[in-house]
Amino acid sequence: MGVELVQERWKGKLYALTIGREPYQVVAGGDSTLPFLDLDGGSYTRPVSALTVFDRRPENWPDTLTGAWGDVLDNPVQWARKCVELGADAVALKLVSAHPEQGDRSPQECAATVKAVAEAVDQPLIVLGCAVNEKDAAVLPVVSEALNGYNCLIGQATSENYKTVVAGCLAHGHSVIATSPLDINLAKQLNILMTDMNLPPDRIAMDLSIGPLGYGIEYAYSIIERKRTGALLGDRMLAMPVICLVGEEAWKVKEAQRADDLEWGADEPRGILWEAVTAVALAQAGASIFVFYHPEALRQFNTQIDALMGK
Amino acid sequence: MALNGLAIYKLLPKTNCKDCGQATCLAFAMQMAAGKASLDACPHASDEAKETLGAASEPAIALVEIGTGEKVVKLGNETVLFRHDKRFVHPTAIGILVSDRLDDAAVEARVQSINGLFFDRLGETYGVDLVAVRNDSSDAARFVEVVRKVAELSPLTPALLSEDPVALRGALEVVAGRKPLVYGAHPGNYEALTALAKEFAVPLGVRVDGLDELAELAEKIAKLGHKQLLLDSGARDVKRVLADQTLIRRLAIMKRFRPFGYPTICFADNRDGAQRVLDSVVYAAKYAGVLIIDRVDPAEILPLITWRLNVYTDPQKPIAIEAKVYEVGTPGRDAPVFLTTNFSLTYYCVMGDIESARTPAYILPVDTDGTSVLTAWAAGKVTPEKIKTFLETSGIGDRVDHRRLIIPGGLAVMTAKLKEITGWDILVGPRESSVISAFLRDNWQ
Ligand code: SF4
Repeated sequence: MGVELVQERWKGKLYALTIGREPYQVVAGGDSTLPFLDLDGGSYTRPVSALTVFDRRPENWPDTLTGAWGDVLDNPVQWARKCVELGADAVALKLVSAHPEQGDRSPQECAATVKAVAEAVDQPLIVLGCAVNEKDAAVLPVVSEALNGYNCLIGQATSENYKTVVAGCLAHGHSVIATSPLDINLAKQLNILMTDMNLPPDRIAMDLSIGPLGYGIEYAYSIIERKRTGALLGDRMLAMPVICLVGEEAWKVKEAQRADDLEWGADEPRGILWEAVTAVALAQAGASIFVFYHPEALRQFNTQIDALMGK
Repeated sequence: MALNGLAIYKLLPKTNCKDCGQATCLAFAMQMAAGKASLDACPHASDEAKETLGAASEPAIALVEIGTGEKVVKLGNETVLFRHDKRFVHPTAIGILVSDRLDDAAVEARVQSINGLFFDRLGETYGVDLVAVRNDSSDAARFVEVVRKVAELSPLTPALLSEDPVALRGALEVVAGRKPLVYGAHPGNYEALTALAKEFAVPLGVRVDGLDELAELAEKIAKLGHKQLLLDSGARDVKRVLADQTLIRRLAIMKRFRPFGYPTICFADNRDGAQRVLDSVVYAAKYAGVLIIDRVDPAEILPLITWRLNVYTDPQKPIAIEAKVYEVGTPGRDAPVFLTTNFSLTYYCVMGDIESARTPAYILPVDTDGTSVLTAWAAGKVTPEKIKTFLETSGIGDRVDHRRLIIPGGLAVMTAKLKEITGWDILVGPRESSVISAFLRDNWQ
């Protein structure tokens, strides 16, 4: 008995977002089918994986994380170099200390840090502000200018501050992370607003505000999967690749943080898997860029992706 | 066979008597075509209709049951490819391997570990479902012995993994009452195994390498009269499993292809332990009915079980949590009190961030029909009056000595009114729970 192939005919395609400079550029998106599935024809792009660097020593990190990085935690430049050594496709620099309650560093100070990191590594740079709308609106344009020519991915731009963030990126040749609160319609709306400012659609990565494993990942999973199928069915304003801040989310939860525990097992494999499982699940849903905290989570993720890509 | 609504309608009595619960025969026909109604609901259907529509009115994927009583695991009856379309109905059953090559002490230790793979979460317990004994020894007597031991030591339903009818008969004579899963039938043994599965009324796993061969064998077994089946295409690497699982599910649901109208069984036997868990994450998301994995470390099983729980929640309805006092840590009489809404995601964010702040606290999620702070405020679902009532009925006043309530930044406009009607001091907290730690440091003494 011959089994018939049941194929979907996808007519849409994700935009291909390119960041960084030759020869270290990476491409996210561009896919024309479901993730890792050859059944329907078309192609899928290998997800991009990045490691996070903070602009100052992180607070309240569990031992599993601090132990993995050792003494580079005080030095963003060395930390970034180590990310590359550990196999990250890109470095994601988070400007925690711009936060009004966590240092309130000025835009100029932030620009100096990002410049130093950009000069230290060849790999593409993702820059994340402090997630306070007004402050990011002040900081990110100055950072964009300092990074002129580096072709970075910069965010998070929200419905509150996208105008200044997008203007800065447009002026200096960067792409933008569009952040929306776990709602596919609001996400689409933000894409429309940004492209209305003449930002090319292939210079947007969508951040849908994922929840981590155990704490809302299912909402993110289904929104990302819906977005992917929507894009493949031809909706251009859903066709931007998705970026997931898996490290930031996964390490918040107690299952990842708690020390060795009789019922829950040893902390290290548990925390690493919490992050890796969050990422693998969302890759299956169709996200394109993954920003990790723990290098072993990144490695495990990439081993899994090797298998799914058929390598 | 897939029939469209009109074809079904032609076979119905066309009296619109409403006995089926639908307004018209046509409406009923459309429901049936969508797989949402079964012909049994129409008491007036002709024999001809029953004959013709029998197949069309059967579920696309058969319901298969493993285990009995409290330990019953139901699989199948799925209706969609994507969980954003509709809920995935029956969660993947997770089974942990026990090899019959282990000596008695090792078997016992392993079963104790498996029995411990249960986790509490918000007042519910979640765990693994099956203990899967595999006949690696190729010794029928040893297999039966280990199955007996495992069945004595574990309340979990056994899965019997052997190709040997003699070993399986021996094991079934011991544990058939627990309705174990038998795996598996292949082209060389299927007649004997089907006879056994029928005799003991247990579900049967079917394994052949390749989808064409699998369809053929499933059909042969169905013709022998056994339809409690689980399908295994023999794929073991994650990419191939994903492809096979997707095609099996598409054929069953979109084409009503009967030979694939059963749940599936997957084996996570990657050589690398962590990769086994990650393979399993893909299998649970992509349609595995049963998942057998060779790991007993809770640090690995907890993430997997949590993922399975997440995937199989109902995507349509925002999960609302009960509006009552929740404690983070062991809060004392001077602990901070946080107000939030009862959208589970909002609540979990607040809870997680208070936990990472390492300050014991109370959380009061006011009932907003499971919507977030901003949505609830915009929709008028959170008002000063409602908060006042909740403060009073929750009994929080008896548990703390102070009268200071921290409200979400998004509700700052209510501050004056809330203070006036509740008599509590109102502290406006951050808009984002992620900065609760800094907020507490600066504002709570
Ligand atoms: S019960 Fe049968 S005859 Fe009556 S309305 Fe429904 S489908 Fe028609």
